[in-house]
Amino acid sequence: MSAGASPGIKRRDFLRYSSFGLALSSGGITVLAAAKTAAPANSLNPYVMIHDDGRIVIAAPNPDVGQGVNTALPMIVAEELDADWQDVEVILAPIDASRYGAQFAGGSLSVRNRWDELRQMGAAAREMLLRSAAQQWGVPRVELTTQPSKVLHTPSGRTASFAELVAAATEQPVPADGEVVLKARADYRLLGQRVVNAAAADIVRGRPIFGIDVSVPDMVYATYVKCPQVGGVPKTANLDEVKALPGILDAFIIAGNAGPPSFDLRKSIHVAGGVAIVASNTWVAIKARRSLQVDWDTSAASTDDSRAIEATALSAAGRPTGERDVKRLGDPDSAFAKSSSIVSGVYATDFVSHAQLEPQSCVAHATSTEVEVWTSSQTPGFAQSTLAKLFELPAEAIAVHQIRGGGGFGRRLSNEYVREAAVISKHMGKPVKLQWMREDDMAFDFYRSPAYFGLQAALSETGELTGWRNHVVSVSSDGEEANYGAGYRGYNFPDDVVPNVHISQTMVASKTPTGAWRAPISNVYAFAEQSFLHELAEAAGKDHRDFLMAALGADKWFKPDDLASLNTVRARKAIAAVTQAAGWGRAIPKGRGLGLGFFFSHAGHVAEVAEVSVNADRQVTVHEVWVAADLGQIVNLSGAENQFQGSIVDGVSALADQRISIRSGAIEQTNFHQYPLLRLPQSPKINVEFLASDYPPSGAGEPALPPVAPAICNAVFNACGERIRSLPISRAGFKVV
Amino acid sequence: MQININGKAHDLSGADPDMPLLWALRDLLGLVGAKYGCGVAQCGACTVWLDDIPVRSCQLPLGAITGREVTTIEGLAGDALHPVQEAWIAHDVAQCGYCQAGQIMSAAALLKRNPNPSLEAIEGAMAGNICRCGTYTRIVDAIQTASTRLQGLSFYEVGQEVAERQTDGGVSV
Ligand code: FES
Ligand code: FES
Repeated sequence: MSAGASPGIKRRDFLRYSSFGLALSSGGITVLAAAKTAAPANSLNPYVMIHDDGRIVIAAPNPDVGQGVNTALPMIVAEELDADWQDVEVILAPIDASRYGAQFAGGSLSVRNRWDELRQMGAAAREMLLRSAAQQWGVPRVELTTQPSKVLHTPSGRTASFAELVAAATEQPVPADGEVVLKARADYRLLGQRVVNAAAADIVRGRPIFGIDVSVPDMVYATYVKCPQVGGVPKTANLDEVKALPGILDAFIIAGNAGPPSFDLRKSIHVAGGVAIVASNTWVAIKARRSLQVDWDTSAASTDDSRAIEATALSAAGRPTGERDVKRLGDPDSAFAKSSSIVSGVYATDFVSHAQLEPQSCVAHATSTEVEVWTSSQTPGFAQSTLAKLFELPAEAIAVHQIRGGGGFGRRLSNEYVREAAVISKHMGKPVKLQWMREDDMAFDFYRSPAYFGLQAALSETGELTGWRNHVVSVSSDGEEANYGAGYRGYNFPDDVVPNVHISQTMVASKTPTGAWRAPISNVYAFAEQSFLHELAEAAGKDHRDFLMAALGADKWFKPDDLASLNTVRARKAIAAVTQAAGWGRAIPKGRGLGLGFFFSHAGHVAEVAEVSVNADRQVTVHEVWVAADLGQIVNLSGAENQFQGSIVDGVSALADQRISIRSGAIEQTNFHQYPLLRLPQSPKINVEFLASDYPPSGAGEPALPPVAPAICNAVFNACGERIRSLPISRAGFKVV
Repeated sequence: MQININGKAHDLSGADPDMPLLWALRDLLGLVGAKYGCGVAQCGACTVWLDDIPVRSCQLPLGAITGREVTTIEGLAGDALHPVQEAWIAHDVAQCGYCQAGQIMSAAALLKRNPNPSLEAIEGAMAGNICRCGTYTRIVDAIQTASTRLQGLSFYEVGQEVAERQTDGGVSV
């Protein structure tokens, strides 16, 4: 057998691991040659290092699981540094809160949270280069300026490259925040342009840059078998039989914790009980699963049945008000009593799985004194802190390396697979790569919580929306608090805009683990509320766009200066732009329809129009989707547009036929044949328009998803007259083709 | 078991003949461009060429391909770029990028058979490759760009072009 080359990452390189991180480009993940403790030469701050040969290295602080922040965040630094992007080499920053603060990927927050910090870092590094040139040339600092990657003395025409200046610049004091002037937007060379993903060249060559590609010397391969009935733990297993199979190095029971895992990202050190099979390669481990027999103790396991959960929830949602009050504004009871008509609708959504394309994997090396892991976690900081707690070690004894992930969508927020890998490694006394099978990934997800809405609206004689009731029915694992993503959304429209509002809530018991799925909470609310608003427009005999514009009420920014609060001016602009782009009001052939949806989430005001046709066999073709959004300034136009295109595909994919069903606590779907993802021929044409207002930029990963389902379901209504109140639409016999 | 991969013969006699080619590439040979997504021929992340036909390597036991010619993403153009890879960069197709090696292998195989595919032909050839991130619009655009580049070039000429740009020479296109 040929030994072949060992994949990309060499452990000895990691042990020499620099304080500056991993290079993304040329040859996959490599490590800058620098001592573990010393700051690399020529570094101006934790984000900027300039090589003598002119390469400008910029550290990307947050995990990239496909949302493009390894490009967008370094662009912000490069802009203020005035670096020529051609000279920039992006590296993945080490996980180190003391230098990089909170390093996570979630809530579409990377750009929004780091906007000020990264501009300051770039500008401060530029200032150090300028001051060092002023000193060397004996000229006043004010006579100096920069052009991409060089300093220019205008009066004399003298120039020097950043590389020529950097060694001396490192001696300059670091300028304080107020000491540097940030660029005016009109002077941007890079921000707002289309910039190709920093990892593109490695991606198209198939280079080893993903979590699954990590390989370290002496590494062995593990698979981990858990109880299909979530929360069950192993009593006994035919371990001797499994160990006797060729290539199997060990098979053992991990007692773990009984009961379903928790989505408490900060605190949970839950490790589900199971059987680890460790082998000389992945296939040998997978194959051995066929021979494994386990006797499970299911006394603390989930007994959920999704059909029963749904039946209970729907009957509750049929009542206009729930067990507890959440919000009362104005006088809803008299508004309903005085109304000229009342419209009601019960909306339902299902459990949904993340199905990121790269199943979970993690390489870990745990000893009694240290734990080192390589992971595509969206929360590497929590991986570190929960490992420290689990192994009862100080935080410094835990090294976490961030690695690109093949999709996230919220699935990599939790770190249970990281803990599993570390526990298996400690048992083996060796580095271990734990590989989840797709079937494991689908069976042991933190699913999107289903949510159910009993909606009621009061309309005046002239068709104005005067009262709003929403009875939210939420799944809850403890009967007290709604599970993540199932609770009350708590902001703005229509709840805070309509004059008389009553929001109430009822809990339905469920033990199935749930968590954050792209645009959590918003993705279910948008479907229910924005579909129902269309129902109201129909009942009032008004055009949907006009009704929506009026329902948004007065011009108002709910919490001025808080980007995360609704601004009805920005909202109306997005709706106006998208309806204009889509030709709202044009003549549409029979069997076709346009539908509109708007939603504000993740600081983004996003409106979408879908054009669909529905045939007699209930086949739905989504022809085209228009989206207009105010995300403030755009950092990377290509990246933001890609996120929007992807969100729309994701939205269509989820609403078409994605649902997780549960029987006796076990998930019934096992792989993509039962849980279909949208394919290229089903994918619509997509038109994206960013309004690019002057507000600071907000994230692009999530806010385009929520309006997709209502836009399409409203379009289906306009095409065939049938109202869809339950997702996925396959439940009503519709099929996206 | 002798298998030719990217123009080089590999003796995999010690391996389990049931082992899917995907895991042999990844774990035994260090060729990790082909990805594991589903293991059941549903997603296309593991796509490689078997004698120039795109196949799902997760469902291809080593024992069934003795003596056959395998091309992986690493062998498509080596350190140089195949016109499809160039188009993929130009259109900034990737989001997470996990599916893209498989997408590129399917697209390059399509253009080898049919350098000027219709939209329907593109849809047919790419339907087996899932992109969970939803980069389909850009995939179609990139294939059309690569197709334009390839018009009038025989595949031999494309191979020559790629080989010329490659530093270490020798590429099997
Ligand atoms: S991994 Fe082979 S098709 Fe999905
Ligand atoms: S780019 Fe992420 S799956 Fe295609």
